[in-house]
Amino acid sequence: MYDKYMIVGEAFRNVEQGGAITGFQLGLRLPYYRGVVLSLVGETTLTVDGETVPPERMKVTVGGKTFPMTELENEPVVKWEFGEIGIVTVEKPGGLAPGDHAVELKQHLKISYVPVGFTGFDSKKLRLAG
Amino acid sequence: MKGAHKIKRGVSLYSFQEEYFLRKMTLEDIVATTERLDIPGIEIIPDQMIPGYPNLSDEFLKQWHGWMETYGRTPVCIDMFLDWNKFKGRVMTEDERVESFALDIVNANKLGCTVIRVIHDVEPVILERLAPTAEKYGVKLALEIHAPSYYDSELEQRLIAMFQKIQSPYLCFTLDLGVFVKRLPRVIIDRWLRDGMKPELAERVAQAYESGDLRLGDGPGAAEKLIAKVFAMGGVEADIYRVMMGAHMIYRDPSTMREYLPYTSHIHGKFYEMLPDYTEYSIDYEEIVPVLIEGGYQGYISSEYEGQRWIQDAFDVDSTEQLRRHHVMLKRLLGEE
Repeated sequence: MYDKYMIVGEAFRNVEQGGAITGFQLGLRLPYYRGVVLSLVGETTLTVDGETVPPERMKVTVGGKTFPMTELENEPVVKWEFGEIGIVTVEKPGGLAPGDHAVELKQHLKISYVPVGFTGFDSKKLRLAG
Repeated sequence: MKGAHKIKRGVSLYSFQEEYFLRKMTLEDIVATTERLDIPGIEIIPDQMIPGYPNLSDEFLKQWHGWMETYGRTPVCIDMFLDWNKFKGRVMTEDERVESFALDIVNANKLGCTVIRVIHDVEPVILERLAPTAEKYGVKLALEIHAPSYYDSELEQRLIAMFQKIQSPYLCFTLDLGVFVKRLPRVIIDRWLRDGMKPELAERVAQAYESGDLRLGDGPGAAEKLIAKVFAMGGVEADIYRVMMGAHMIYRDPSTMREYLPYTSHIHGKFYEMLPDYTEYSIDYEEIVPVLIEGGYQGYISSEYEGQRWIQDAFDVDSTEQLRRHHVMLKRLLGEE
């Protein structure tokens, strides 16, 4: 559910730090009907132009706080609210080239009352302004 | 009039999730809409529409009670979850589960609710331990019976035995009307087709469901049986996933719920598609509501619209119109018109 709303293109942009482009960002909404604590957010598989982003290169900002994607399992208090657009920042020196990019996302959620949890898929073509 | 009864109408705000998710409606907009639709009782999933839950700020509580007063609505029920797997590398202890659930009871009371919809993976021992707390706060703990389970399923039978032993009116059931799905919702079949299921297979699955040949059971091996049947019909792996998610419903004869109504304090008026003629495509409320009336059910029928997740890929969701139709139907069946 909510699959087609997962990737949020409005937040798609390169990130600049100290005069250099260090990576890029996009928005992500969880494919589930309630907010959950971060430790229930399972594997996030992000693929851009056919290349899968290593999890250790991703961070996510929710509720004003930023967490490494690989550390979410350690956070049983802070919540990713229902419909909240988390900002995913990907470390990639030089960022992405201006133009269209094929973005694919698979998101798993560890929801205890469903043995296999919930999984959402989304793919969108996003345009990065030049 | 359809005879004297004490059944009340409500709505789970779950029904408005699409508009809330997309930030097209705020919680206040939704409560205001329930007034416009003349739906008296309010049920909320705090994890869905109360940011920061289980913390309830004084500011939020003031707003909440203000809205209930301004719009003349009655808080009825919160839906709780027990995320017993939220700590890395271990599951919650029994004491931690009791503590987590006890906070929901306190919170329900603060929100003015008198029922908690209990998620079905809360063990009977937890309910038993919390019965005194429930009584203290005046909040009924109503474990949800949801398809493919029914009153006669193993867990539900164990719970009934425990309810009889404890003799507390604070331990009871919520019944989700998705146990009375006579034919597969059309919105689900249409979605399968849009997602690439072959029309012949979709038709065979729909027919097999209707004839009783293809329903997800609740016993051991039920899922495997269903999977084998879909493969035998020519389904591929993607179809299995679709059918498992979509055919997660059963049909039982509504008259069989009568003997269990004394244990039932809350009802989820599940629906997938209200038609322009004010009937539900797949759930026959005409045969359900009379059983509730004759059986002396005294709680709320709380509408739970779940069609949105099947149409959102291709259509705009209009939860308000779906709910309007649902309550035109309920008013007629309850003799309120």
